[in-house]
Amino acid sequence: MAVRGRGPRARARTRADETTSKDGRGDDTSRDGRRDGRHDGGRGEIHDGSHDESHDESPGQRPGGLRWHSGRLTDRAGTLRAYPGAVRRGLRGLRGLHGLRGRELGSAPALLALGITWMVFQSLNDNFLSPRNLSVLSVDIVGTGMVAVGIVFVLLIGEIDLSVGSLAGLAGALFAALNVNLGMPEWLAVIIAVSCGAAAGAVQGFSFARIGVPAFVVTLAGLLAWNGLMLYLLGPDSSINFSEDGLVASLTSRYFGSPVVTYGLAALGTAGYLLVSLHDRGRRAAAGMPYRAVGEIWARTVLLAVVAFTAVAVLGRFEGLPLALLIFLAVIVVTDVLLRRTPYGRQVLALGGGVEAARRAGVDVARTQVSVFMVSGTLAAVGGLFVASRLTSASQVPGSGTLLINAIAAAVIGGTSLFGGRGSTWSALLGVLIIQSIASGMALLGVEPPVQSMITGGVLFAAVVFDSLARRAAESRGRV
Amino acid sequence: MAVQPLLALRGISKRFAAVQALVDVELEIRAGEVVALVGDNAAGKSTLVKVVSGAGPADRGVIEWQGGAVQIKRPQDAQALGIATVYQDLAMCDNLDVVGNLFLGREIHRFGILDEVEMERRTRELLDTLAIRIPDVRVPVATLSGGQRQVVAISRSFLGTPRLLLLDEPTAALGVEQAGQLLDLIEQLRDRGLGILLISHNMGDIKAVADRVAVLRLGRNNGLFDVNTTSQEQIISSITGAADNSAAHRPTRPEEAWP
Repeated sequence: MAVRGRGPRARARTRADETTSKDGRGDDTSRDGRRDGRHDGGRGEIHDGSHDESHDESPGQRPGGLRWHSGRLTDRAGTLRAYPGAVRRGLRGLRGLHGLRGRELGSAPALLALGITWMVFQSLNDNFLSPRNLSVLSVDIVGTGMVAVGIVFVLLIGEIDLSVGSLAGLAGALFAALNVNLGMPEWLAVIIAVSCGAAAGAVQGFSFARIGVPAFVVTLAGLLAWNGLMLYLLGPDSSINFSEDGLVASLTSRYFGSPVVTYGLAALGTAGYLLVSLHDRGRRAAAGMPYRAVGEIWARTVLLAVVAFTAVAVLGRFEGLPLALLIFLAVIVVTDVLLRRTPYGRQVLALGGGVEAARRAGVDVARTQVSVFMVSGTLAAVGGLFVASRLTSASQVPGSGTLLINAIAAAVIGGTSLFGGRGSTWSALLGVLIIQSIASGMALLGVEPPVQSMITGGVLFAAVVFDSLARRAAESRGRV
Repeated sequence: MAVQPLLALRGISKRFAAVQALVDVELEIRAGEVVALVGDNAAGKSTLVKVVSGAGPADRGVIEWQGGAVQIKRPQDAQALGIATVYQDLAMCDNLDVVGNLFLGREIHRFGILDEVEMERRTRELLDTLAIRIPDVRVPVATLSGGQRQVVAISRSFLGTPRLLLLDEPTAALGVEQAGQLLDLIEQLRDRGLGILLISHNMGDIKAVADRVAVLRLGRNNGLFDVNTTSQEQIISSITGAADNSAAHRPTRPEEAWP
């Protein structure tokens, strides 16, 4: 019963063949086809009875929109044409042969903003870019930065976690209460505090993913509840001081001064990047696929080396490379690999691109969502320990709301989209650097805290507007 | 000629709150044949697809796969059987690139790290096999045209080397030429021995590729026709309800309705 005779067909086969023969021609057709041919495609609505409409548009659809029967190799220019003219011209130089492209603007705007911030403050006060100030800055960013890395995870699936500030405060308070009040060893208290953050995240994630409570509400409840628990643990004094020589205190007070260690680490990081890039290039070349030019890999490596060695040199002129900064960078690298290079990360990103699509593709949506909130809770607790370490006391400071707002602001300013699916954990580093630089710069200039808040708010607003504009631009040329 | 059907649905029913979307629906699809599923708005076509694909399991009824009853509760179950689905809304993650979408949910990895090179190689290989051309497999699918997205969605369904392909309105978003090429592809696949369930509104498409037409009306079977011996008017009147095929009201063995 395999193949039977077919009835007569009424199809424009000849026209189809003409289309194919035009294939070799320019990409303009392809681009126009992209615009004209874009159809709502159903997008969740039922299309029944609309076949007339769908065929009405065929005259508008250029043949290039969809090309079959051609083995021609990918035209690289076609990618760039998808972007608006100005952006395209600006990015052509920056964009790598593969990797950066398709990642929207990436971190370019945030890098630019950081550069401007530093130049402005340096021109207003010579001490801003001094080794001492930069060293303090590099430690100050870590607490908020850790929390922001967790926020990136949540933003990537298109949700929000408002409880991270309170969780950070709770972790600090729990650690201090266990260590100081109950005499528990530090390492055990740290493990319990961090696990508590993970558990809180799991509870919130479960309520969101399985019960269906909006993340906003669940985590708002968490914000209140964990804050209350923190105040309860801190007791009547509202703060608990702990040892200045202990494990937690050393997180932000340890520095690596030995040049052998610091430059060695910088060299190791750079070499690692180079080796991974070359290995990737080799594999792609072997498989006959487009790969980065060797020159480009070297250019990137040299750029990375310049940044790494400059940082080490500058920090070395004060106290050395802070342990806190190293841990922060390690967390960023690990989470970045997790998000970009593992099946788990792919599924997190997929949720940001479309929950239903991910579900139909076989992604365990609820499990992934719960895990994301757990990551957020865990990193919030870790960040809380760093904040407490800086003050060598657990206090109400992290729970005050500033930490929460700064962490979310950092992720968004750094380039992670509030709308989900777009961003990386490096944006947490960039964003928190910008925010902390502004705070530090204004403190140097003696700007009043209220004015500081207003300016930081302005920067966040600008970042969100930028994010929304980027999204709209993306919508106008395709879907996001 | 008694050939074991690839997929047989027996008495499938599904209810959404107050709406009885499917009532005792029967359907059989054999290897190497294209069955068109037609019906008016709210006839239950997409619901039936979701029942088979695991995205929306049935409340009642039996699904038989090559003669044996199977449970399809999740999309993974259907994939494991060899049922691939291309949804009407394509169901793609717009922020991921073509490779990412193709391998979503079945990523290739080495020691837990995604093997992007291998996935990209297989993507290119697959697109070549299907004679599909996408300018760049590393752009987010958001930047592709409707037609390109459609081909990506279809090629995605081929990764698991499926036995049965469900296509929900595959030509709705395509122009005439593209639709024609898609129909060519459907024929190629049928000739390779795949069973294909094609949901379409376009009688031209159906006449061109389908072997049999199953009509759904208000969630019930309303006739099963051989495309070569049935007039278009007959099918349409069955869709609109002008011809109330009694098949909907009595439990039949579907064979009876075939000429």
